[in-house]
Amino acid sequence: MKYKARLSLDVVFKYIFKATGFLVLALLGGILAMLIYNSFSFFLDVKPLDFITGMEWNPTGKVPKYGMLPLIISTTIVTFGAMIIAIPLGIGTAAFIAEYASPRLKNILKPTIEMLAAIPSVVIGFLGIVVVSPGIASLADLSNGLNALNGAILLAVMALPTIITVAEDAIHAVPKTYKEASYGVGATKWQTLLNVVIPAAAPGIIAAVMLGVGRAIGETMTVLMATGNASILPSSMFDSVKTMTATIAIEMGEVPYQTTHYFALYAIATVLFIMTLGANLLGEYFINRFRKYHAQ
Amino acid sequence: MKTKLFAENLNISFGAKQVLNNINVNFAENQITALIGPSGCGKSTLLRSFNRMHDLSPDAKIDGRLQLEELDLYSKTVPVTEIRKRIGMVFQKANPFPKSIYENIAYGLKINNLPHDKAVIEKALREAFLWEEVKNDLKMPATRLSGGQQQRLCIARAVALRPEVILMDEPCSALDPVSTLKIEDLITHLKEKYTIVIVTHNMQQAQRIADKTVFMYLGEVKEEGPTAQLFRNPVNEMTANYINGHFG
Repeated sequence: MKYKARLSLDVVFKYIFKATGFLVLALLGGILAMLIYNSFSFFLDVKPLDFITGMEWNPTGKVPKYGMLPLIISTTIVTFGAMIIAIPLGIGTAAFIAEYASPRLKNILKPTIEMLAAIPSVVIGFLGIVVVSPGIASLADLSNGLNALNGAILLAVMALPTIITVAEDAIHAVPKTYKEASYGVGATKWQTLLNVVIPAAAPGIIAAVMLGVGRAIGETMTVLMATGNASILPSSMFDSVKTMTATIAIEMGEVPYQTTHYFALYAIATVLFIMTLGANLLGEYFINRFRKYHAQ
Repeated sequence: MKTKLFAENLNISFGAKQVLNNINVNFAENQITALIGPSGCGKSTLLRSFNRMHDLSPDAKIDGRLQLEELDLYSKTVPVTEIRKRIGMVFQKANPFPKSIYENIAYGLKINNLPHDKAVIEKALREAFLWEEVKNDLKMPATRLSGGQQQRLCIARAVALRPEVILMDEPCSALDPVSTLKIEDLITHLKEKYTIVIVTHNMQQAQRIADKTVFMYLGEVKEEGPTAQLFRNPVNEMTANYINGHFG
């Protein structure tokens, strides 16, 4: 009888785990279905092409305008700006930790950087308002510094831990034999890093960057607090911008239920989802290539 | 015979672990010297101390004199890159760069600011007996070559820099017998121009190619001498046991 009890317990747990697995899948599927379903309701009123290419976002005007191009461009320049700052800084730090830092320094740096990822985004946004934005304003002689550049700097800070951690793993995983071969023919540490280690770690570094991009595109609270939220077409990094995420967060609370405007926010979310999914898939693709390459 | 490379009163430890114990050994110019001994006896550690590969291990402590002719290999005034250019190395597992065959040879030349035109590359590949096999595929990734070809490419890469000494750390241990014989043939030719020190676990290999053999055990040189003599009439009992396969 004891044996039978053990056997049935085994079966019970198999079904419990199966249920949890499917529950998660169902949740994700449900979210996706809800996004798409509500987006369709929106596209009954507004043509998808007009939505994507429209130059004006003003859903509460006399004639509501649902052009999300300014939002897409805002998200793009803030993300792009963040990456211009975070990529060289991140790869440089990763190379330093993996190749140059003493074991003791490494033991301090790595957890510190990982802790950076634990700072709530609202705190980063707060720092943006009280520190970075006044700094930009006084340096660039503007009335205020709540603009795309401010958002980019803060997002760079937020993407750095991801980029550094993944890139450091990639650089660290380059086989020692490659490095020995390079040192063996008289290369310096820098020559080895530049010509052998970084090319060998490239897939992992690209993955790190893509994951950083995914993080930056999806970030909401920080950009909402720090970029000024003017839904106009920005012409430079010093213009105030309203990103897709901030638009959803700001307007969702005030929009009447099941109006075109309400559905429009779902449509924005769908476009956002496609963008982050794209960045993450690209990142995953390069991570897998990187793994394959090192399995040899 | 002129001594090209030597170690005097050499002690090496990693952390608390003493790996080499008062080693005195010399290597004659244009000769092949084989280092033999059971695993963990310090052969590779000794080999790697000559081109300062231990610089990469922060806990390595090296004590004693190592010289390439008059040059003190651990002198503060000599850049380590210069030493590695003059003392080339071939590793146990063929380790071509993940680049093309051509780039694999050109890399070392480029970083040392030496000419790296096609004629130089061809000469190095010919010297490594590889040219005929790869002359039409110079742009091919080096990793697509067979194991033996990869190892000959690594030898070509070392030879391209015109070193004075080539250190070889069990270069055939991962190869089949045919590739091994090819490499042995190559090594025998190379001694006309270079001084060669080779670590090997293969007794037959040492007898086939080495002019002199050094037997090491537990971090000490137990016996050394002309290869034929050492294998025929070993003086030390441990040497006799080892070469007859009683331990190791």
